[in-house]
Amino acid sequence: MSTTTTNPSHRSVLSPGTQAPDFSLRCTQDQSVSLSEFRGRPVVLAFYPADWSPVCSGQMALYNEMLDEFQEFQAELLGISVDGTWCHDAFAKQTKLHFPLLADFEPKGAIARAYGVYDEKEGICERAPFVIDADGIIQWSYVSPIGINPGANGILFALEDLKKKTETTALAK
Amino acid sequence: MTALIPLTLPDPERDHTSGSADGLIRLLEYGDYECPFCGEVQRIIKEIQQRLGDDLLFAFRNFPLTNIHPHAEHAAEAAEAAGAQGNFWGMHDILFENQRALEDENLAAYAAELGLDETRVIREVTSSVYAQRIREDFRSGARGGVNGTPTFFINGDRYDGEFNLKYLLNALTPHGVEGKKKTRSPSRAQVK
Repeated sequence: MSTTTTNPSHRSVLSPGTQAPDFSLRCTQDQSVSLSEFRGRPVVLAFYPADWSPVCSGQMALYNEMLDEFQEFQAELLGISVDGTWCHDAFAKQTKLHFPLLADFEPKGAIARAYGVYDEKEGICERAPFVIDADGIIQWSYVSPIGINPGANGILFALEDLKKKTETTALAK
Repeated sequence: MTALIPLTLPDPERDHTSGSADGLIRLLEYGDYECPFCGEVQRIIKEIQQRLGDDLLFAFRNFPLTNIHPHAEHAAEAAEAAGAQGNFWGMHDILFENQRALEDENLAAYAAELGLDETRVIREVTSSVYAQRIREDFRSGARGGVNGTPTFFINGDRYDGEFNLKYLLNALTPHGVEGKKKTRSPSRAQVK
């Protein structure tokens, strides 16, 4: 089952069934991460507005605690915002994050635009998690009101659905 | 396992509950003993419990954010260990009153203060006897929509308002204290 829940103003967000645009972005000063390197397992790609803002810290801190849960689905978690790598580095250290934060920094917000979750007015990413399947297809996304931490239940249910679907497909073969 | 727990409602058979099992207003908190916001909101919960009395069933589940709160897991274990000796709420209150002193030796001292077998408490804490249960709390919260600590669910719905007495009371008794019976969730009316 694939669903996308969005505010009416977010109609441009990529819908389930769409191939997730690939990217290669820096996560540290000397390391890059590509979406395609995770082919074969699900990816939770969590766009968020800014390092350090209180709600974001809450959201990323929450997802950080969910790593074991995501791991049960062999899912990789990637955070992504327009902040640069030095900023990400300091934020990740302070919040003790154990997953990569990608810098959608230059050209600014290019990947967020590709996914339809760039806030042109504010110049930041929307608060929008995506669940991408092992073949790189978007299965679920959610654009949260900017001030509200969406929690992790939507992601977990999407991963559960995906697992069921994969098992059903495997049985049919 | 987790699927059997109501994610957003107290389960008197399983949870640590306070108040009346027949209370029509059901408040479930997911919290972390090292989280300062959880500590601050304690005072408000106490006031709410006083005001609503037997109309309220309050339950607490653990949601330790262990990366940012290194003492939260052991503190949660200590509360569970105290619960096994019949005084969960005593330990719960002491932990929230002493959020800056949650080392194992502090936990032992609190157990002694409560007249519990402190050796047993510490043995259980250090051997993670209740880790599975705490994990179960956490997993139910994660699936129920917990988005930080504390997160409250009122009769099954997440409360996204401010943590102050007036707003919380309004949310708990939307029809005023007299009309509170209408807030009962019919689908859960059979839960003891």
